[in-house]
Amino acid sequence: MDMEKKKVIELQDIRRNFHVGDETVHALRGVSFTIEEGEFVTIMGTSGSGKSTLLNILGCLDTPTSGEYLLDGIPVRTMSKSQRARLRNRKIGFVFQNYNLLPKTTAVENVELPLMYNSKVSSAERRKRATDALLAVGLGDRLGHRSNQMSGGQMQRVAIARALVNDPAVILADEATGNLDTRTSFEILVLFQRLHAEGRTIIFVTHNPEIAQYSSRNIRLSDGHIIEDKVNSGILSAAEALSSLPVNDDD
Amino acid sequence: MNISNLFKIAFRALANNKMRAFLTMLGIIIGVASVITMIAIGQGSKKSISDQISEMGSNIIMVYPGGERRGGVRMDPSEMQTLKVENFETLRDECVCLSEISPNVSSSGQLISGNNNYPSSISGVGTGYLDIRQLKVEDGVMFTEADIHSSAKVCVIGRTIADNLFPDGSNPLGRTIRFNQVPFKIIGILESKGYNSMGMDQDDIVLAPYTTVMKRLLAVTYLEGIFASALSEDMTDRASDEIARILRREHKLKDTDPDDFEIRSTQELSKMLNTTTDLMTTLLACIAGISLVVGGIGIMNIMYVSVTERTKEIGLRMSVGARGMDILNQFLIESVLISITGGLIGVIVGCGASFAVKWIAHWPVYIQTWSVILSFAVCTLTGVFFGWYPAKKASGLDPIDALRYE
Repeated sequence: MDMEKKKVIELQDIRRNFHVGDETVHALRGVSFTIEEGEFVTIMGTSGSGKSTLLNILGCLDTPTSGEYLLDGIPVRTMSKSQRARLRNRKIGFVFQNYNLLPKTTAVENVELPLMYNSKVSSAERRKRATDALLAVGLGDRLGHRSNQMSGGQMQRVAIARALVNDPAVILADEATGNLDTRTSFEILVLFQRLHAEGRTIIFVTHNPEIAQYSSRNIRLSDGHIIEDKVNSGILSAAEALSSLPVNDDD
Repeated sequence: MNISNLFKIAFRALANNKMRAFLTMLGIIIGVASVITMIAIGQGSKKSISDQISEMGSNIIMVYPGGERRGGVRMDPSEMQTLKVENFETLRDECVCLSEISPNVSSSGQLISGNNNYPSSISGVGTGYLDIRQLKVEDGVMFTEADIHSSAKVCVIGRTIADNLFPDGSNPLGRTIRFNQVPFKIIGILESKGYNSMGMDQDDIVLAPYTTVMKRLLAVTYLEGIFASALSEDMTDRASDEIARILRREHKLKDTDPDDFEIRSTQELSKMLNTTTDLMTTLLACIAGISLVVGGIGIMNIMYVSVTERTKEIGLRMSVGARGMDILNQFLIESVLISITGGLIGVIVGCGASFAVKWIAHWPVYIQTWSVILSFAVCTLTGVFFGWYPAKKASGLDPIDALRYE
């Protein structure tokens, strides 16, 4: 790893406790790692391992009970709700398992959404950036399609375009292929690998160990601890995997 | 986050649910439209009454003898003899708030012309009477002070009298009619005024010099009443006070004595009628106002359901950078857009309904600008007021919970 690279994410002994009734649940028990610009990290773990909590903290939706989190050099823990909202708007792109597109809304309007909450972006620039992002995910011909007129793979592409449109420091994907069939999953992975190749920083949370083979680094969580953090030296190509899949006649 | 983006967001959200937005609006539309229509109907009837009164003469003051008790028995005003011609003359000479004044005596009986006859009454008045009652001589002339002085047997008749006594359509001018055996020469015919608001035929009228009626028909020395008109409507009260003061002096009443006369004005009548119509308008507006409140609750209901239904959307918006304030504003703008659009449609529907009532039912309808502005303002406030709680609820959602909401 090149030590000159910019640190996008720095976690220092992150702990997160929840109070459920009288009990205290320790979801994260001291998690520390650093992610540099251009990494494609998969975070894996079974349910209850604390990966959702970690994702919420990384996405500035939640704040740690203790420890420090620097996103792009900015300390997040002491920020107010609306400061974090602004930070999410400028620095983070989310991709969800169930796409979370606005219903009955066109692809381009869905992609525009993050920029709607950024008053510095004019409406003309907003439309242009949304169109560019859709072109980048290969949906240039589907700009005016509504979310209910699209397949799962197309919807996830729209969601990825939405995550890209604000040019974020990091893209956070939460089981982004979880609702898709094998073929479409690989198509989405191809897209993520391409974004990685373009220098994007991607964090992909999943419980599917297969996906780890396509990322550059793999962090495994168990019971709120990191049990494994290794760099993947032999990254597989999702494009090759896709071409080796049997052709689906239904498509 | 700038406001125009918020408006765009809110507008898109509404456009995605056109049917629901419309149904929500319907409550406001009906509320605003009914407020406007009800007030228009109420004000219309008020205006038509006041129009009729002002047609009659809005500044008329009538003085009747009255209030006198004899051994505890209240007398019929027509039998009282407290108003004299001298009183009329004093008032005529001294009152500064009056434009015209005329005595009034009347006698009922049968009018006869050749072989036609008609039951009516003859009013003995002064020359000022025409101006007071806003009558005009259409044909011929009004009698003069000289006629009054000489108790001339001349008269001016209304259209109804002319039509009944001269059914062949011949010109009544210069003809002589008899009233209780006394011949009167017709010197003028009054312009037709039709029926008044009480349903009385204002053309069933015969005017003669009061001296003639008093001496030749009734053989009395007292007046039945005095009619006067104030210089303007606003001066009616002052004129009434002035008349009362002079009459009390003339009648030599002590401070403790009650008035032995009664003064009424058309202004009083119109005040009384206005009170009634105002009450009716208020009642109608209240009922309509209730429907506006119900419409507001409709907005609240829908927005409330909509917040729950759109929890995931709210979570998504928050995850891409919407602050609580942005969500609050979005929902508030949505409800205000609903209420304003509903209000605008309501104004149009209300005006349309008012005109429909006017053309179909022939009710007097008068659309009030203030009622349009008021109901519009109220419905906008309704939107803010009833939209606030659901919007507040939406803005307080936790993005993590909202995203996970199924």
